[in-house]
Amino acid sequence: MERGAQTTQHGHHSPTLYIVGYVLSLVLTAISFVLALTHAMSVGPMMWILMILAGLQILVQLFFFMHVTEGDGPPYHSVTLLIGLIFTFAICLMSIWIMTFHYQSY
Amino acid sequence: MPQWLHTFGDQYLMWNEGPLIWISDVLILLTGFGIVFVLTYFKKWGWLWREWLTTVDHKKIGIMYLIASLLMMFRGGVDALLLRTQLAVPNNHFLDAEHYDQIFTTHGTIMILFMAMPFIFALFNIAVPLQIGARDVAFPYLNAISFWLFFFGALLFNISFVFGGSPDAGWVSYPPLAGPEFDKGPGENFYLLALQISGIGSIGTGINFLATILKMRAPGMTLMRMPLFTWSVVATSLVIIFAFPALTVALALLLLDRIVGTHFFTMTHGGDPMMYINLFWIWGHPEVYIVIMPAFGVFSEVVATFSRKRVFGYTSMVTSLLLISVISFFVWAHHFFTMGAGADVNTFFAVASMAVAIPTGVKIFNWLFTMFRGRIRLELPMLWTIAFVPCFAIGGATGVMLAAAPADYQYHNSYFLIAHFHQVLIGGVVFGMLAGMYYWWPKMFGFKLDDRLGRCAFWFFNIGFYVCFMPQYALGFMGMQRRMYVYPANMGWNTLNLVSTIGAYLMGIGFLFIVAQILYSIRYGERDVTGDIWDGRTLEWSLPSPVPHYNFAVIPTITSRDAWWEMKQTGQTQALRPSADEIAPIHMPKNSGRPFILSACFFVAGFGFVFEWFWLAALGLLGVVICLILRAFEYDDEYHIPPHEVVETESALGRL
Repeated sequence: MERGAQTTQHGHHSPTLYIVGYVLSLVLTAISFVLALTHAMSVGPMMWILMILAGLQILVQLFFFMHVTEGDGPPYHSVTLLIGLIFTFAICLMSIWIMTFHYQSY
Repeated sequence: MPQWLHTFGDQYLMWNEGPLIWISDVLILLTGFGIVFVLTYFKKWGWLWREWLTTVDHKKIGIMYLIASLLMMFRGGVDALLLRTQLAVPNNHFLDAEHYDQIFTTHGTIMILFMAMPFIFALFNIAVPLQIGARDVAFPYLNAISFWLFFFGALLFNISFVFGGSPDAGWVSYPPLAGPEFDKGPGENFYLLALQISGIGSIGTGINFLATILKMRAPGMTLMRMPLFTWSVVATSLVIIFAFPALTVALALLLLDRIVGTHFFTMTHGGDPMMYINLFWIWGHPEVYIVIMPAFGVFSEVVATFSRKRVFGYTSMVTSLLLISVISFFVWAHHFFTMGAGADVNTFFAVASMAVAIPTGVKIFNWLFTMFRGRIRLELPMLWTIAFVPCFAIGGATGVMLAAAPADYQYHNSYFLIAHFHQVLIGGVVFGMLAGMYYWWPKMFGFKLDDRLGRCAFWFFNIGFYVCFMPQYALGFMGMQRRMYVYPANMGWNTLNLVSTIGAYLMGIGFLFIVAQILYSIRYGERDVTGDIWDGRTLEWSLPSPVPHYNFAVIPTITSRDAWWEMKQTGQTQALRPSADEIAPIHMPKNSGRPFILSACFFVAGFGFVFEWFWLAALGLLGVVICLILRAFEYDDEYHIPPHEVVETESALGRL
């Protein structure tokens, strides 16, 4: 935090918040890892479940670690967050589009 | 020689591979001893530690980035000359296939990751806080970590040449060629870990500079009053933050495949090697915009300063930078049109790729209109900028040719492609970085680089460039493929290849002139006594050269774009010269040796993973964790410079 530390008023969060966030992210990761490892379901539904888990993981990171609801000054973080979400979804969806080679089923 | 030494020498030091390795060993030992001797003889070890290895000052970190990238330019350039020497004549056996593979791999990786990246970071560090009126970056400690992670990543990569063997699967390192079945040696591990370690540093730099620019501007400097170089850093940082994680994932999965035995990229167990290619280019294409956009920023500064006009179309410049950074995430599949993802995929990515030419074209025209009816001074930064315009225009045009998916099936992986990307990366990035180096050199060191030697370098490098790469477009059309280490005499490629090699050597001479220029100018270069040697427009030129470590004695208040120029025009430059009673204590970060030690621990861990000596890797990672914990409990990491010290420094500079 270096020299920014003196200007932010909300430097102190209770450790509970971080511990809950940490545990939640571990649990989410563990679920997706086990699903992928054990081939618990067929590929199609599993892709959806994994994507939903990944979305939840993003929310955990944003709320528990990055304190997305707090901040002072202009709302730069909303703009960057929006760009980030656009990039993330564009990259994921286009990757699926590219990597399914669906023209081969024509 | 005892048997164990013989085995060790052959297995790890590759003494059985001939004179190239022996020469490198000798040179490395001599350089190493030389450095140790000089430091000891002049009693400079303490100075090195206190002033450089532990520094968190953005200006010093910038200088270290610059030195590192010039050294890497030398290493990558020698690689290039070795490659061109091998290809000068048909059926040549100067290098064998194995060595040729290793050298083109290290050439590509070093030039992109360990030359271009640190060069842009050098300019970020040197210019951005000064341009926005800040005293340092937002996270100086993280900044030092970023530099040392880059440094040790580069060290790990370079050490592979004489210890364990260089990577040899190309700078893209595609599986299955780079997978565990076809590439057993430690070389690929060196590649994966070196990039991983320096990649952490790059993400840190992206976050750091975005936060710095958004949060630490001087009062009155609204976003639309920021210098264009700073804007280019905003666009670049955004792309770094969102692109680098894809590389991290690709490298981590490939590393798992190689040393743990997973099957992410092997066909045999349901993996898919194409996925690596996809992930690699999700990072790889934005990466080329990461290195070109700061060059665009430099050109905008240089053109305005040396035409004595404000830049034409400021708003459209900002818009096109942001457009380029967004479009950069929608074009990556043009690197593998031939993979066969389908006509719809190829069409989308072809159109998106061509769209990049629009904002880039806007920028080119804006630079030309800025020069139009300007009072142009042909100083070195301006020379490189003018040389950039036609070079980048041709490179861009061939890029649009390559973006046409059906035609790309012909150009793919031919020398046409090689000529194209060298033209945009040299004509764009290298010209831009050199222009930036010449431009901010007086600000960094307090003296100008010699003009006459600089012009020799300029002409050798430029003529050499066209002699080297124009023939390669033709060679591509004639069917010469990239990465071939030898070719038969009856293909009709002989003359063009020889010409190309001559061009490469001319560029090498150009680089030597730059080295000579730096050495000569240290002694004889024109001293910068005013701090405003180019009659500049932006805030950094309001400061003395070199800049005192706290940058601004009093933070300026900004009222317009091109703030310093405006102040000079209206005779208000005195406003930036504080009176003694205005000076308050200055809050600064303390130096710390931990970023260096932390990164050294990363190096040890990386080295352990390369050879799969997991005890060593665990030891290194333990060091990393200890450093992180110590940092978490560090409370006393800032101090205040007392006003009388600032007053003394400012008076000594004649500014009070």
